[in-house]
Amino acid sequence: MEGHVTPVKTYVAIWATLTVLTAVTAAVSLLELGPWNIVVALAIAFTKATLVVMFFMHLKWSNPLTKLFFVAGLLWLIILFALTLADYQSRGWLPRGKWW
Amino acid sequence: MADTTAEVLQHGQAHGPELLHHFETPEQQKESATLGMWTFLLTEIMFFGGLFIAYTVYRGMYYDAFASTSKYMNLVLGGINTAVLIGSSLTMALAVRAGQLGLRKAVIWLLIATMLLGAVFLGIKGVEYHEKWVEHLVPGFNWHYEDARYAHYAQILLFLYFVMTGMHAIHMIVGEGLLLYLVIGSVRGRFTGLWYTPIDMIGLYWHFVDIVWIFLFPLLYLIGHTH
Repeated sequence: MEGHVTPVKTYVAIWATLTVLTAVTAAVSLLELGPWNIVVALAIAFTKATLVVMFFMHLKWSNPLTKLFFVAGLLWLIILFALTLADYQSRGWLPRGKWW
Repeated sequence: MADTTAEVLQHGQAHGPELLHHFETPEQQKESATLGMWTFLLTEIMFFGGLFIAYTVYRGMYYDAFASTSKYMNLVLGGINTAVLIGSSLTMALAVRAGQLGLRKAVIWLLIATMLLGAVFLGIKGVEYHEKWVEHLVPGFNWHYEDARYAHYAQILLFLYFVMTGMHAIHMIVGEGLLLYLVIGSVRGRFTGLWYTPIDMIGLYWHFVDIVWIFLFPLLYLIGHTH
């Protein structure tokens, strides 16, 4: 046996939190919040994902290099989203040139 | 390496046969495996990320058409599936913990519980896919949309629905195969408290597949319910 052994209680508490958050996100989706619906839904999803990554996937007790890899991966995902959205959002900003 | 008694390394630490000698310590060996699996999962995040950005772009362009599809999404089955997967992540985390403690029987039962919950998820998915087929919501096969205003662009959402949940389901099926491999290995006594790395690594994979669904559920099932 080696490394950090997480108590069963901790795992069950995380599971209960995730289940409650699932119910909350389903319930909130039935409220009329306009543009905030998607913000709340994504905020809850990110919270759930963070709990799974930190506790179930043990990242909280992993060595710093592993944590760095994970953060770097997220950065690449952000690059994917940022550049793609920048492309679409900026379409039509420049007038069409004569030569190109 | 048939010697199964503990060897004493030059630097004086005893270890069992689980340590491969291109590593200095069992801890380093385990960290190496963990880093490798995380790297693979990052490539998977980029793979699904491409599908999520596609969803984002088209949702931005055709929001009303996307929102009009929400009444065809089975919120109850989707919600149950989310709870089922979260439960399977609990049993998987407990299985890895049992592996750490060398509790072979607990490992086997918790892995089987994880497999059963995964099978429930896939069964419910099958029911949903059948529902979509019967309601003529399969783009390119039997597409017929009631609301003529959105008949064309709603196809994009349904296409993304099938591709994203389909790729997720394929990952679940592969996961079931990996879990079966672990069950068989556990029954044969391959894993001990000193070496349970495959259980740990496949656990990471399983949690990742759960996380993908955690994002799929709100985006596909919970959009536009207030309209």
